[in-house]
Amino acid sequence: MTVHTLIAPRPAAGCAEDAVLRERGQREVFCGLTSIVWLHRKMQDAFFLVVGSRTCAHLIQSAAGVMIFAEPRFATAIMEERDLAGLTDANDELDRVVERLIARRPDIRLLFLVGSCPSEVIKLDLHRAARRLDGIFAPRVRVLNYSGSGIETTFTEGEDAALAAIVPQMPAAAPGAAPSLLVAGTLADVVEDQFRRLFDGLGIADVGFLPARRLADLPPVGPATQVLLAQPFLKDTARALEERGASLLSAPLPVGAEGTTRWLQAAATAFHVSRERFQNVTAAGEARAERAVRRHRAALEGRRVFLFPDSQIEIPVARFLAREMGMELIEVGTPYLHRGHLAAELALLPPGAAISEGQDVDRQLDRCRRAAPDLVVCGLGLANPLEAEGIATKWSIELIFTPIQGYEQAGDLAELFARPLARRQKLAV
Amino acid sequence: MQLTLWTYEGPPHVGAMRIATAMEGLHYVLHAPQGDTYADLLFTMIERRDRRPPVTYTTFQARDLGGDTAGLFQDACRAAYERFRPEAMIVGASCTAELIQDDPGGLATTLGLPIPVIALELPAYQKKENWGASETFYRLVRGLARPRAGDHVRGPRPTCNILGPTALGFRHRDDLLEIRRLLETIGVTVNVVAPLGARPSDIARLGEADFNVVLYPEIAEAAARYLEKAFGQPAVRTVPIGVGATRDFIAEVARVAGLPPLTAEAGSRLPWYSRSVDSTYLTGKRVFIFADGPHAVAAARVATTELAFDLVGIGTYSREFAREVRAVAAEHGIEALITDDYLEVEDQIAALRPELILGTQMERHIAKRLGIPCAVISAPVHVQDFPARQSPQMGFEGANVLFDTWVHPLMMGLEEHLLHMFRDDFEFNDRSGSHLGKAPAPAAPAAAVAAEPEPAAPSVVPATTRWDAGAENELRKIPFFVRGKARRNTERFALERGIATITLDTLYDAKAHFGR
Ligand code: SF4
Repeated sequence: MTVHTLIAPRPAAGCAEDAVLRERGQREVFCGLTSIVWLHRKMQDAFFLVVGSRTCAHLIQSAAGVMIFAEPRFATAIMEERDLAGLTDANDELDRVVERLIARRPDIRLLFLVGSCPSEVIKLDLHRAARRLDGIFAPRVRVLNYSGSGIETTFTEGEDAALAAIVPQMPAAAPGAAPSLLVAGTLADVVEDQFRRLFDGLGIADVGFLPARRLADLPPVGPATQVLLAQPFLKDTARALEERGASLLSAPLPVGAEGTTRWLQAAATAFHVSRERFQNVTAAGEARAERAVRRHRAALEGRRVFLFPDSQIEIPVARFLAREMGMELIEVGTPYLHRGHLAAELALLPPGAAISEGQDVDRQLDRCRRAAPDLVVCGLGLANPLEAEGIATKWSIELIFTPIQGYEQAGDLAELFARPLARRQKLAV
Repeated sequence: MQLTLWTYEGPPHVGAMRIATAMEGLHYVLHAPQGDTYADLLFTMIERRDRRPPVTYTTFQARDLGGDTAGLFQDACRAAYERFRPEAMIVGASCTAELIQDDPGGLATTLGLPIPVIALELPAYQKKENWGASETFYRLVRGLARPRAGDHVRGPRPTCNILGPTALGFRHRDDLLEIRRLLETIGVTVNVVAPLGARPSDIARLGEADFNVVLYPEIAEAAARYLEKAFGQPAVRTVPIGVGATRDFIAEVARVAGLPPLTAEAGSRLPWYSRSVDSTYLTGKRVFIFADGPHAVAAARVATTELAFDLVGIGTYSREFAREVRAVAAEHGIEALITDDYLEVEDQIAALRPELILGTQMERHIAKRLGIPCAVISAPVHVQDFPARQSPQMGFEGANVLFDTWVHPLMMGLEEHLLHMFRDDFEFNDRSGSHLGKAPAPAAPAAAVAAEPEPAAPSVVPATTRWDAGAENELRKIPFFVRGKARRNTERFALERGIATITLDTLYDAKAHFGR
């Protein structure tokens, strides 16, 4: 079941020639449904209704890691035997469930019908269902759909699919509108506000964020919109934005002091911000970030790190670990490598960094053990077993669940990696 | 379609994983998409297991669907056998693979692996986790257990198997240690414990024991019934949770094992603790129970006969045990709640206003919201349910643990008296409370005294009901830890009688009405 091919080395773009190891074995990653865990926090008037199985419901509650403290804004319409028997009935059932849900939650403005593996396999057409229900409930509640199924999406690709579904709902920018900036990809509110202030300082006044916190706040998009990706996994979203006429800026991700500066620089260049103004606005933050990062450098410098595939943020994070923390990259795994969006990142990776795409978890574990890294970045299913073997680990899920982007979070990001090592040093049991 | 915000049980293949992960030398090849690998973290994170569950997932993708998912499954089986060299293999499908109908059992058999391969049919759209665990264990026992060689000759010491403990079980690790010790003490030798810690070759030896002990019927009843029928092994079915049940358990073991009647109560403290005067205040505390079937039934007995609580509500999410739980409810003149919708459970708790909830982690959250003391007695499990210390629920030590964990959330008795005595003291204001800090959070609507923390409890009064100054003043004299209850009861009383303004009289009428 394992096909691993060495594909042609990518063109040298500032870094040395290295090949990408492509694996097609067992993947130890979440499916796209998991994105709901952070999307529903971000989009405060949206509800995510997974049309799936008990497994899907169990995945989301397990990945969320916590029990529910209040009635959550996500749920699963669990399909039962009779739903599989006839699609008409399944559609009727879905209508019934949605009606009940909307009656129960008058605060909801946007309802996502989220497809799962079972709904995809039985070919339950959620796009049509969403259109039908939208016809009934709009304008009070908009109904959209996307798939977070594990046969089509890996972990963060669920966010990509959700955002791509929202793009058509964004208002059209007025013809002849002045250039605007759109930041795509979920950021913690606090990070979003920091960036807003920085763009403000740069004199880029018209800045929108996708997703917006509320449906009514969706920013307009049009041919004058320049898009800056705040997350690396937005393949379909970027395409949908381009279809609306927007153009993509090429930049590394705003991870670490360097990444944040380069990311902001891409916007500054596009909006003709003077070099001096850029310096004035970013210097303080950049210096703070560098100081914060430097505090942890000693703990990480020269250490060897192995990253398992998880969220696609592995490459930006590896770039940060190598360039700002002085770590040595043994292997950088990613579930999917989007060369276009990551071109600026790949150019910054140190020569010889081994990248793997996809996964064959047992083989990867073999490679990892052989390499005896100082630190492994991996998912929750692998972390404790590796720790028990004596290997220090950092849970990759934190790179998604905690704010790491921007100057003010660079130190926190460094600390995430320094902590497991510091802990080992302190423990004498 | 069932609208589900949160679920008490996972899908049936997670039950199968609990069996596979509990055992050694068994491997599970699961035809499933990548997202289903989340289940690994249940074991590695919640239970803090130091090894990955012995599960290979095929992680087929959409692009495989048109092609050869069956071949993918066979490759996965072969690779898993080569890598892990298990003694036996179980194979099956998760919800998605069930729909593509690849027949994992048939596919695995045609590979001709030199080990037993057991096919699991776990209908994902009908059944749930515990059923899946039970079915898997039953299939393993059916497939692997051999009858004892030769005639049944009783040895000098009777022997038994302990059936039921799994990975990710609520206190299974600790219960097992306790019950094992108890059995050894009363002169019974344990032949095999399964599935926890057993190898397939141990399952093969089940037939050698004189009888079986079914610790967790939700897991092991089906297997025990098979062993009873196939090998004539009787089963001990009393679930030894609580002092009375543990005594019954010992008596049943003695009867089945042909031992003289015995007692083995060294270290049993619950009976005396419960009779000591400090426990007087526990009398008649109104308790609500929600758990898996066997734990709910057992908790009802302990709560009512060993702690003298009143059972005001009981329910379970295990439909398989609806009958047993309904029978207990009937004994107490109440109706059982059989549901897996936690919102229904929450509604019932809010309506019953118990003084103590014995439930799952979900009820713990509900309890927190409503400001009601709570102890956790059942799966679904949380990382807190795997404490570092020994903390069994079963046996006499288990009963000691129950006493501690159920009573501590309540205000301690003597302390309650002191608080009453000093309630008018200026120092005894709303901020200072029990030094234990265990006072249940008072629940009161916004009109309450300013110093009171604002809890997240729903008020039962419509905005039209108000308190007059005298009643409000009097309410303030009531110790803060019971004030919330007094307020709620009074408001409920007023609401039921259509009283718009609560006066001193209403307050005391309500007190008389609710007082025992
Ligand atoms: S992988 Fe598919 S079946 Fe499994 S939880 Fe994700 S969507 Fe549901």
